[in-house]
Amino acid sequence: MVEITIRKRPRAEAVVTQRKFFKKTARGKVIKVLRERYLRDDVGCGVQNCSTCPGSSDDVLPAYGDTRHQSYPDGHFILPDTNVFLSQMDLVESNLFTPPIILLQTVIEEVRHRSLPLYNRLKALIKTDGKRIWVFYNEYRSETAIVREEGETPNDRNDRGIRKAVAWYNTHISLTHPPIRGQAPKKLPKVVLMTEDAGNRERAERAGITCVSVRHYVGGMKESMQLLDLLSAPGLDNIEPTKAAAGKQALYPDYVPTSTLVAGVKAGDLHQGHFNANQYNYLEGSVPVPAFTKPVLLIGRENMNRAVHSDVVVVEVFDEKEWKAPADEVVDQDSTLKNDDAEDSGEEGEEDNTISVREKQALKSGGVKATSDKQPTGRIVGIIKRNWRAYVCHIDSTSLTSSNATSLSQQTVFATPVSRLLPRIRLRTRQAPTLLGQKILVTIDRWDATSRYPEGHFVRALGKAESKEAEQESLLLEFEVPYRPFGKAILDCLPVEGEQWVVPPKDLKNPNWRNREDLRDLIICSIDPPNCQDIDDALHARHLPNGNIEAGVHIADVSHFVHPDTAMDSEAASRGTTVYLVDKRIDMLPSLLGTNLCSLRPFVERLAFSTIWEMTPDAEIVNVRFTKSVIASKAAFTYEEAQVRKDDPNRQDDLTVGIRLLNTLALKLKAGRMAAGALNLASPEVKIHLDSSESSDPIDVEQKELRETNSLVEEFMLLANISVARKIQETFPQTAVLRRHLPPPRTNFEKLQDILMKRKGLTLDVSSSGALAASLDKCLDPNEPAFNTLVRIMATRCMLSAEYFCSGSVGRDTFGHYGLASTIYTHFTSPIRRYADVLAHRQLSAAIGYTPLHASLHSKGHVERVLDVVNRRHRMAQMAGRASVEFYVGLALKGRNEREKAKVQEEAFVIRTFRNGLGVFVSKLGIEGLVMFKRDIQFDADNYTITIPLSVGGTEGTTISVFDKVRVNIEVEKDKNTQRGRVKMTLAHPVDSSSL
Amino acid sequence: MGSRVEILNEGGFRSDGRRQYELRDMTIDLSQQGLADGSVIVAHGLTQVLVSVFGPREAKIRSHTIHDRANINVEVNVAAFSTGERRKRTRGDKRILEMAATIKSTFESVVQTNLYPRSQIDIFVQVLQQDGGLLQACINGTTLALVSAGIPLLDFVCAITGGVHSTSPMLDLSLLEENDIPNVTVAVMPRTGKVTLVTMETRLHVDRFEEIFRLAGDAGKVIHGEMKRAVKSRTSALVTAMGSGPRVGGGDLADKDGDDRMNDY
Repeated sequence: MVEITIRKRPRAEAVVTQRKFFKKTARGKVIKVLRERYLRDDVGCGVQNCSTCPGSSDDVLPAYGDTRHQSYPDGHFILPDTNVFLSQMDLVESNLFTPPIILLQTVIEEVRHRSLPLYNRLKALIKTDGKRIWVFYNEYRSETAIVREEGETPNDRNDRGIRKAVAWYNTHISLTHPPIRGQAPKKLPKVVLMTEDAGNRERAERAGITCVSVRHYVGGMKESMQLLDLLSAPGLDNIEPTKAAAGKQALYPDYVPTSTLVAGVKAGDLHQGHFNANQYNYLEGSVPVPAFTKPVLLIGRENMNRAVHSDVVVVEVFDEKEWKAPADEVVDQDSTLKNDDAEDSGEEGEEDNTISVREKQALKSGGVKATSDKQPTGRIVGIIKRNWRAYVCHIDSTSLTSSNATSLSQQTVFATPVSRLLPRIRLRTRQAPTLLGQKILVTIDRWDATSRYPEGHFVRALGKAESKEAEQESLLLEFEVPYRPFGKAILDCLPVEGEQWVVPPKDLKNPNWRNREDLRDLIICSIDPPNCQDIDDALHARHLPNGNIEAGVHIADVSHFVHPDTAMDSEAASRGTTVYLVDKRIDMLPSLLGTNLCSLRPFVERLAFSTIWEMTPDAEIVNVRFTKSVIASKAAFTYEEAQVRKDDPNRQDDLTVGIRLLNTLALKLKAGRMAAGALNLASPEVKIHLDSSESSDPIDVEQKELRETNSLVEEFMLLANISVARKIQETFPQTAVLRRHLPPPRTNFEKLQDILMKRKGLTLDVSSSGALAASLDKCLDPNEPAFNTLVRIMATRCMLSAEYFCSGSVGRDTFGHYGLASTIYTHFTSPIRRYADVLAHRQLSAAIGYTPLHASLHSKGHVERVLDVVNRRHRMAQMAGRASVEFYVGLALKGRNEREKAKVQEEAFVIRTFRNGLGVFVSKLGIEGLVMFKRDIQFDADNYTITIPLSVGGTEGTTISVFDKVRVNIEVEKDKNTQRGRVKMTLAHPVDSSSL
Repeated sequence: MGSRVEILNEGGFRSDGRRQYELRDMTIDLSQQGLADGSVIVAHGLTQVLVSVFGPREAKIRSHTIHDRANINVEVNVAAFSTGERRKRTRGDKRILEMAATIKSTFESVVQTNLYPRSQIDIFVQVLQQDGGLLQACINGTTLALVSAGIPLLDFVCAITGGVHSTSPMLDLSLLEENDIPNVTVAVMPRTGKVTLVTMETRLHVDRFEEIFRLAGDAGKVIHGEMKRAVKSRTSALVTAMGSGPRVGGGDLADKDGDDRMNDY
């Protein structure tokens, strides 16, 4: 049983034992706080064999102190002041710095108040073996406890407390080391106050206390040579004394009232656009506006004025003199702001200063650059619409004040969003310790002008970080993919027969067969990727008696099942597209349709919408017709199987002959398209091998292989889309659902052209898609076959993305598809997984007089609205898919690292140079990464090179430039704070950068 | 700044300089307050309550009388100035009503109500200052006020709060600690060791509960000692005062009786 006692606190001592102070809350209310403390005499001094203090085995201070220092031959203890830890933590942490240290509670608390990260280091330090540190709780010892006097600053009070503790220690030691009779009185060890504050030293000396500065003390140590290096430069950081919390001050300019904004935008003085944050540099953002060809650049926190990525903002553009070029440095929010406190940020002046100084340095370094790179620069004056949503975040563990799992206290912590485009969010929660290491959903509530960070609240936890479920869900949420299961109202729209549904027997009276062509006898097959379940296209080709060839593309007849104005239709419209993740597919339509009734599986009869051409053997289209049909596919091939079949000369069956016929046509079609100036673009595509369907542990990553048959299918799908586009545009010139790809503005290519010119002496002609295609073909490096692909990837990134549009909404001359070099285009061939295709089906069906067109498809406004959603979903789905691949590549890398017990090393190309790093692209894994250098490197922005100086490389300075091939070590490391697994790359060749 | 305070630091000290099992200073003032039949001001650290007991007396409202025992009526009033932020509480405040109900149900089994049929015992609790452990102070105060009013009790009721920081149990929590860690209030009858009240508003791990519960029981005994001492010294002071005045017959006897009675508690 433990001893339970009641501590006494006599009323007479209330002056010392009771503390009253007033506190101002965040809302400006003043609260009186009364605290008591119990003073005691049993707080141990920590000196071994002390005769009065309750001795314990933990006492770490040797009885006679440390006698090795030359200034204190009689032995000494060090009692450091707070500023020693604030400025010279590296020194104290050094293994060579081993004098016995008395650490006062006052000092610990002051460090904690000033900087949590430093406090955590200090705490770790106390526990380190080999350090003789005794924590003396001076505030609880009756002799050393002090109270703040009238008009005394907290800093002065603490200094006085420290001096008092030193004085007490000295008397305590003299009392407990009484001279033993018969022996020469032994010299007593001294307690030395170590402080950087000259004022404190002076006052201490006046009181007869031995004191010393850090530099002076270290100078007298045996190991001074090594230790002096660790001292931070004098005068670099003059530590400001602890201030009483100052009032809030505005960090950001106020927004201009909405009416002024609207008027300004109308008058052309102000510009409106979407705010895009820069993922490499959190202090920079841009707003593309119609008035300028280049987006308006926003540099610095004040100019970005609390805008969050994708907000609709209004910017004011500065004078042309003040225009700047974007910085060429990677500025990481996590590292720049790591010592920032969640609680005080934006409320205390001193921390502001240090942060803004650091940020200014970061901004300044990207200062002077060629004028050609300058772009319109401005500041945000107002926000039209916030596009805030729930963000997937991690709790930043260093921002926690108490990570104790039982703590229920409300804490203010930082949530770091997974997306690098977003600022950290400050949030108050009572469950911070339990949320650590989890993915959580956080919404932003507001962002006041007085607060550095936006404030938000916790929505829900998604699960442990890095667990597949949590990652998958967070991905879906992050890209706003609707992933709820289909509701009953939607499932009720499905045919009642369910899985048993079949095409009814042929009977012209049956409405299912009305106006449907019976194509069940045709030799039709489908070619898809392996394991494809939603087969939405099938093909056939045969010779006609007149020498021409009949080729047909048969698309699943989704519009037969999905009728307008049903729950299923509106759900599909809002989902817009099926989303493919590595291990999961989020369907646009219920899987009964997608993988069964509409899937053109072999050997079963299925309804289809067919496009049938009559072509000459030279692939000239003689005639095209569209019809609803019933087909029975004869085979479902994978690309590989079809390829093997086609290449096998022994096979002469109808199917193979059909494939060969299709292939010959496809080759000619492709040639024709290329001649017309279609681009052959490249995007990094990789395939993830999963262990098995259950465990879904990625085994390896490989690049997708492209076969002839891929191109075969592609050509016919393009042809079908183009033919359908013509037809529906003809019939419904106002509301046809089309797809276009606008030619990219020439300025987009400027940088790439410049790099190519300077690094490789190549030119890129971007006057038209044909010219671009031709000059891309010439971008060859005889030593580097992959170089061409790399240039193509980079060129692709300069382009705009294709979009759906309503034919009546834009001018006829902008219908063109730049990448395909086609004057008109739509999407028709994948109605199971794209909603635009469903609309095209309906329009085509009306165009051939099969069904009347639903009223909604006559309305331009309605079509525009639907296509807006579809466009956005399409974009999001692409990004989600990519992010999913990235996650699995990360997992695969991790697995490989563990299996091989060595870092994964891969070849990579440099695609960007920064002042402090390189952007590299690993084609084998399809990932991009950053190689960061901590040490200084020489950076030549004009020539896109960096030079690693001689001293570190070992050899003479190594120069690396864009397009160079390097080898990188790839590791997946967990960010300590955020638990965000991130790919870390270091150079392995030509220079090992792990030490840089 | 509140959350910047460590609940239990490495040296085993709590934020106010106590160790884990040390209770706050407890002051008991049993002097007469106004017209009350029994009254006390109890303070646990900076939590201070004044409890006055009236009765047993005839119920003001006839319908409140119970034919075979006394009715206990508890009214709690929290002074607006008792917390750092001035806040007026209405009489209908749910938390206050709940506290009154808790006190009532705790004492219904302890007060020998069957001795006073058709009467009412009024307990008025006035909270003067709050710094954690409010319920504990109210219950201890009520016990003492009932004792000072001379109402027969089966036993003292001694209440104490306990909490767990990580895995270390702590006793008698201050407001700062109460806001941070899961806590439980336990009221025991030290002589029999019976528990009359266990209440908890936070979640406490079931493995920790038993340890805390036992500790709180032991701490109840310590509080009992303190309360007994206070009652004794008040009684002896009164007796001395009576002794020094003009003697009323049988003073010696009364003194002895009083002591005997006290020893029972």
